[in-house]
Amino acid sequence: MIDFDMPKPIADMRYLIETVAENMMRPVSRYFDEHEHEIPWDYINFMHTALSAQGGASTSMATDGAADEKEEKEKRPPFGYQRLATIVEMLSWGDAGIYLCTPGGMLGSAAVAAAGTDEQKKKFLTRFQGEKPVFDGMAMTEPQAGSDTSAIRATAVLDEATNEWILNGEKIFVTAGHKALLDSDGFVVIWASIDPSAGRAGMRSFVVEAGTPGCTVTKMEHKLGIRASDTVSILLQDCRVPYENILGSPEVKQKTTKGFKGAMATFDATRPLVAAQAIGLARATVEMVKEELEKQGVTIRYGLPRQKLTSVERDVIDMEIMLRSAWLLVLKAVWMADNRIHNPKEASMSKVRAGDIVVKITQKAVEILGPLGYTRELLLEKWFRDAKISDLYEGTGQINLLVVARNILGYRGSELR
Amino acid sequence: MYSFEPSDEQKMLIDAVKRYADSDLREAAREADEETRLPPELIEKGWELGVLQASIPEDYGGFGEYSALTGVLAAEDMAWGDLAGTMAVMLPGLYVLPIFLAGSEEQKKEFIPEVIEAEWKPFTAALMEADYDFDPNELETVAEENGDAYVLNGEKTYVPYAEAAEGMIVYARLNGSTQGFIVPKGTEGMEVGERQKFLGVNALPMYTVKLENLHVPKANRLGGEEGHEFSPITDSTWVALASMACGVSKAAYEYSRDYAKDREVFGVKVAQKQAIAFMLAEMATEIEAIRLLVWEAAWMIDNGKKEASKSAYLALTGAADMVMMVTDRAVQILGGHGYIREHPVEMWMRNGRGFSTFMGLAMV
Repeated sequence: MIDFDMPKPIADMRYLIETVAENMMRPVSRYFDEHEHEIPWDYINFMHTALSAQGGASTSMATDGAADEKEEKEKRPPFGYQRLATIVEMLSWGDAGIYLCTPGGMLGSAAVAAAGTDEQKKKFLTRFQGEKPVFDGMAMTEPQAGSDTSAIRATAVLDEATNEWILNGEKIFVTAGHKALLDSDGFVVIWASIDPSAGRAGMRSFVVEAGTPGCTVTKMEHKLGIRASDTVSILLQDCRVPYENILGSPEVKQKTTKGFKGAMATFDATRPLVAAQAIGLARATVEMVKEELEKQGVTIRYGLPRQKLTSVERDVIDMEIMLRSAWLLVLKAVWMADNRIHNPKEASMSKVRAGDIVVKITQKAVEILGPLGYTRELLLEKWFRDAKISDLYEGTGQINLLVVARNILGYRGSELR
Repeated sequence: MYSFEPSDEQKMLIDAVKRYADSDLREAAREADEETRLPPELIEKGWELGVLQASIPEDYGGFGEYSALTGVLAAEDMAWGDLAGTMAVMLPGLYVLPIFLAGSEEQKKEFIPEVIEAEWKPFTAALMEADYDFDPNELETVAEENGDAYVLNGEKTYVPYAEAAEGMIVYARLNGSTQGFIVPKGTEGMEVGERQKFLGVNALPMYTVKLENLHVPKANRLGGEEGHEFSPITDSTWVALASMACGVSKAAYEYSRDYAKDREVFGVKVAQKQAIAFMLAEMATEIEAIRLLVWEAAWMIDNGKKEASKSAYLALTGAADMVMMVTDRAVQILGGHGYIREHPVEMWMRNGRGFSTFMGLAMV
């Protein structure tokens, strides 16, 4: 039965998160935008305490399994990802950059949850429930390898004498890498090849914990937006990690790309969440535009024939259509994930559209508010800058479009390059 | 609890509608467009699927309960077959649904069963007027009280099946708001003009209708003496049209996708070129996004949400843009062949342009 009623536990959580967004994020949005690389500890510590009090039912992707078990007991359909998408949307409504500083398992944990064994999950994911806030990261991109992840050069060689993996290479654009490795006892999931001659079949991910010798944070990027969030480069020089830190099988079977597919499966879960982030920012923008217009005596006349609307009314109406329809794509993608329905097409569709509409909406907002839109008195110009990241990371709009295209056409990578 | 899965009953209805759309409507569509007529047996077969009958309770001759959501699910899949045919099959809804949604109990009992329990007959409605900024809430056609009747004056356009109509809801302005009037066949003061010709939906006969001192008994004012709210009627027509726009878009998307996968260019299939593949991916994404918007709006109508009207309006506004984007691209993907009437995409593009105009021509 098709239903658009938000489950009550999600609605309750959403209400709490809205309070946090309003009171702990919005008031400091501008400050942390103008003080790049300062860490919003007040927000972080508050969230850590608050989330711990909730038993870790949180922004953590890794706790999803536990939530599901609870749901099975209560005999209702699982909605862990739906809840998570809702939370992410609201936090990003508060501030997209500060949201990325939320402690707890994010992308790195998602990779562990997707490809790790039970022992690995226990070893790496329990740290988020400790006394202090902990962060994680995921390092895939390299200077010469962005969307084309098959061009990754980082290597992992097994030292059989010590039973350790030796990692070498350079990673860039690691979100929250500084907080994961230097500001907490977190970890970063590093993608590297155990057999460079095997191409994607040789690709594996490794958990590198904070404090591991040979793993250095070398650079913090200065960015267009989401400045509260650190984006770092990581240098791996003979960085040794225990054998059991490899996620997935160490066997390289020719012609299988299971390791790579592991990463891609992670994306099926994470892309809708990155889309949700875009939606939160887009919603904040639409709301602010309408508020500012109302202050100037303009209310949108829904229901009128298009020919009778003003240009500004048309723009706002189009924004609302883009916003709501994109959110529903996210909702469907996470609903599928919760119900264990294979969703690579829907996950990428939601990301494509959310990344696209948040850019369009924030650009249009700055435009139609004229002199108000361009000043730093309002947050709109910041949101315009923050928005663009959603069309870039976790697969650019084009890469996601390629995934959608292959899915709808039934083409493999070799058939549609 | 969120869900995107239709109920079993809805799935059964959708299956039946899909079969009809595929083997009947789609087959007949091109000839119907060229000949500007729909075979009566084609319409009757669609009518017997019972889409409208299933949304009317037993008390009024139907066999189900009203659901805008079920309506949009069926309308999308039927419009995938052919828009003109779908609008014809669902025509009696333009008469029955306003009575059901806004009529008094007596009116429902009196007027609905004769339509619902019989074979398809042209029961219709007259809403649109020929102004560029036509606004259903500010009609030029006026109704005035006169003794025990209302007297209607004005000119209507785009009135489907007006010439053969067995009954018609005529909308007019009364004391500043839009009100519907149930006008039986043969009422004096109604003059049906020549059949109109359009850019698309050529198979659907539509007419201008002139109202000159048309007397309607007071009892025939929709909702009785007190009249009625107009918004349930616009809500219903917005989601109906929006869902049909999704159906037309889906048809055009699928056709151009299959064509691109079949046709060779520079040693590969057209669809293997990113320029084309990306167009198709965007079309598919857009259709899916707007479809969900339509579903949500219909669900809001069914659940009496206060945002329902706005959502339904947004759904149609989005769908009208989407269908143009998708059908235009479908023509583009077929290249020169898309412009030739051997392929249906040019027809879908012409039909698609109508959605921003077709106010009141479909209801679910």
